[in-house]
Amino acid sequence: MSIKRWRRAAGTTATSLLAATAMVGMSAFGIAKAEETFKIGVVTFLSGGAAESFGVPAWNGGKLMIDMLNKGGVLPAPYDKKGFGGMTIEAIPVDEAGGATKQVQEFRNLVQREKVDAVLGYVSSGDCLAIPPVADELKAFTILYDCGTPRVFEEGSYNYVFRTASHAAMDNISLAKYMKSRGIKADTFAGINQDYAWGQDSWADFVASMSNLSPASKKKTALFPKIFAGQYGTEISALIREKADVVHSSLWGGDLQAFVLQAGPRGLFERSQVALAAGDHVIPQLGNKMPDGVIIGARGMNGLAAKPKATPLTNVLWEAYEKEHKTFPVQAPFRMWQGLLGLKTAVEKAMAANGGKKPNDEELAAAMKGLEWEAPSGKIRMVLGGGHQAIQPNAIGTTKWDKDSDKMTLVDIEYYAAECVNPPDGTKAVDWIKAGFPGAKCE
Amino acid sequence: MELLAFILVDGLIYGAWLFIVSVGLTLVFGVLNILNLAHGSLYAIGAYATASAVGAYFALGGDIFPLGSYVAMIAGAALVALVLGPLLERGLLRHFYDRDHVIVVLVTYGVFLILEDVMKLIWGVTPLFVSEPYSLLGNVELGPLFYVTYDFLVIAVAIIVGLAVWFVLNRTRRGKVVLAVIHDREMSQTMGVNVDRVFMVSFMIGVFLAALGGALTAPMISVSPGIGVNVIIIAFAVVIIGGLGSIEGAAIGALFVGIARAASVHLLPEAELFIIYLVMAAVLVFRPEGLFQKVQARKI
Repeated sequence: MSIKRWRRAAGTTATSLLAATAMVGMSAFGIAKAEETFKIGVVTFLSGGAAESFGVPAWNGGKLMIDMLNKGGVLPAPYDKKGFGGMTIEAIPVDEAGGATKQVQEFRNLVQREKVDAVLGYVSSGDCLAIPPVADELKAFTILYDCGTPRVFEEGSYNYVFRTASHAAMDNISLAKYMKSRGIKADTFAGINQDYAWGQDSWADFVASMSNLSPASKKKTALFPKIFAGQYGTEISALIREKADVVHSSLWGGDLQAFVLQAGPRGLFERSQVALAAGDHVIPQLGNKMPDGVIIGARGMNGLAAKPKATPLTNVLWEAYEKEHKTFPVQAPFRMWQGLLGLKTAVEKAMAANGGKKPNDEELAAAMKGLEWEAPSGKIRMVLGGGHQAIQPNAIGTTKWDKDSDKMTLVDIEYYAAECVNPPDGTKAVDWIKAGFPGAKCE
Repeated sequence: MELLAFILVDGLIYGAWLFIVSVGLTLVFGVLNILNLAHGSLYAIGAYATASAVGAYFALGGDIFPLGSYVAMIAGAALVALVLGPLLERGLLRHFYDRDHVIVVLVTYGVFLILEDVMKLIWGVTPLFVSEPYSLLGNVELGPLFYVTYDFLVIAVAIIVGLAVWFVLNRTRRGKVVLAVIHDREMSQTMGVNVDRVFMVSFMIGVFLAALGGALTAPMISVSPGIGVNVIIIAFAVVIIGGLGSIEGAAIGALFVGIARAASVHLLPEAELFIIYLVMAAVLVFRPEGLFQKVQARKI
C-alpha cells in the first residue's frame, strides 16, 4: 500500500469513525431525550354533543394538572415529584368525535405513529367497548378514564386495559339508597332516559335497585327519547299525567339542560321528586334555573359533593380550575384527574421496580393491576375485573340555591363507601343488585 | 277522554314546531328544486342569532319591556336570512342549478359541514341560554296539566306562517310569478320573469323560515353545537310525508307526525322513535309521491 493510498484509507476510516461516533452520540442523545418525556394520547370529546359537558371540562382539567405536574412541587405529596417519575409529560389531545371505527384508527395512529407511552381516554361507552381488543392486540397500555358501561370488564378480559373510574351501576344504586335512607316518598316511580346503552342500563339498574330496596314501590312509565332530541314537551306531559312520586333520569348535557328548562315552568319538579343520576355537570350552565330540591349524583364523589370532604389535593386543583375557567370543576375534570394521578402512580411504581427506567407497556400494566391511590374524588382502588376496573366512593345530594353567595349548593349530601355501591370482583352489577347486594360494606 | 285531549294538545304543539322547521325546506325544494341539507344548520344559526339578540336586548336594558325580546328573536332570524340567503344562493348554489341533483345535494351537505364549524368559530362550544321569552307569558292550566303559554304562541306562529305562505303563493301577483317559475322556468324567463330574483328571494324566505324555527326553539333549549342535525332528519320525514314542495303537505305531515308521536309517548313509549318512520312508511306505501304531491309527467 502506497503512502498516498494509506493516507486516503486512513482518512476514510477516520471520517467513518467520526460519523459513526456522531451517529452513536445522536442516537444516545435521542434515547436520553425520549427518557425525559412521557407521551400520552388524551382522547376525549373536543367537539359534538358531549364536548361541552364532558370532553372540554375534562381536557381543561387535564391540561391544568399536566402543567402542575410538569412544574413539580405544586400538588401535595405524594404527587409533588415532577411529571411522571421526573419525566416531562407530553400530551397529544385527540377528538373523540366520529364514532368507534374512527376512534380505533385514531388509537392505532397514537400507538404506531405517535409512539405514545400510554393512551388515556374515552367518554363514550361505544368507544370503550371498541378500543380494548385493539389495545391488547397492539400491547398498548390504555386507561379508560370516563365511560360508564359495566360491560367492558364484566364481559371481557384484557391485559393492557384499565378503567380508573367506577362503572355506572354505582350511580343508580346510590340514588335508590339515598331515597330510602332519606325517607323520600317513592310509592311510584317513572323515568326518562336517552334511548341508547347509557340510558337503558341506567334505568335497568335503578329499577332493579328500587325493586330490591323498596319492594312496594311501583314502576310507572319509562320514556326513552332519542339522544339530542331537545324537545320534551310531550314527555313532560306524560310524566306529569303519571303522577309518579319519583322521576328518575340519566339525561346529560344539552338534553338535560333542555329538559330542566322545559319541565321547570310546567311544574314537574313540584309534582314529583326528580332524581338525576349524573346531573351535577349542568349546574354551572343552568345556575338558578336548576330548581331546589332536585336529587343529584355526580358519578363519584365529584364536583360540589367533593367540596365538603376536600383534601389539600382537592383544594389546590379546585382553586386553580376555578381561577382559570371561572367556574367550579364538575364531574368530568375529576375523572380526568383520577386517571392522570393513577397513571402517575403506576409509572412511578413501575420505575421503582425497574431501576428508574421509563417503564414499558408490560411494566405499566403490572404496576397498574390492583393499584390504589388518592384522588380528589377519594380513594381509587383497582379491585374489579381482576384488578383492571376501579371502584370509588360515591355521593348524592340535593340542590339548594344559596341567595347569599348567588350560587347553587348541594345539601343533605350522603356519602357511600365504594364497597357499599359497587359489586365484588367476579359478580356482574345487575346480578349483585338482584341478589340484594350481598357482601356490601356500608358505613 | 282526558288522555285523548292531552294527546291532541301535545301533538298540536309538536306538530306546529315541526311545521315551522320543515316549511322552509319544502318551499326551497318547490321553487328551486333543491334538497337543502344545510337547512338544519340554518335552523341552528337562527337559534344562535336569537340567543345573541335576546341576550343583547336584556343586557341593554330590555328588562323594562321584556316582551320586546320577541321582536329581538324575529330580528335575529331576519338577519340570518338577509346575510346568508343571498350569500349562499348567489355565491354558491346558483352555479350548480344545471348540474345533477345529487351534486347539488352534496354541495348543500358541504355547506352544512362548513356552517357547523362556522357556528363553533363564532359562538364557541359553550351553550347559550335565553329562557326568558319561554316563561314570559306564564302558564295555561288544562285539566291536571300546566302548559307554558309560549307553546301556544308557537302554534299561533305556525298558523300565521302557513296562511301567509299559502296566501302569498296563491292570492298575490308575486306568488303567481313564483308558481309560474315552479311550473316552467324557461317559459317564465321567456315571458320576462326575473327568475334569478325569484330564486334568490324564495331561498331567502326559506332561510328565514329555518332560522325562525331555530329562533322559536332557542328559549326552550340550551343552544349548543349539533342542535341542527336531528332537525334536518325529522324535517325530511315531514316533507316526504306531505310531498316534497307542498306547503299543505308539510302542514298535514307535521300534524300527522306530531299526533302520532304524542300518542306513542302517552300510550306506547317504546315505539316513540319508530312511530315517525312508521307513519312515513305507511304514507309512502299508498302515496309514493307523498300526500299532496301530484304525479307529474316527465318532460322530455
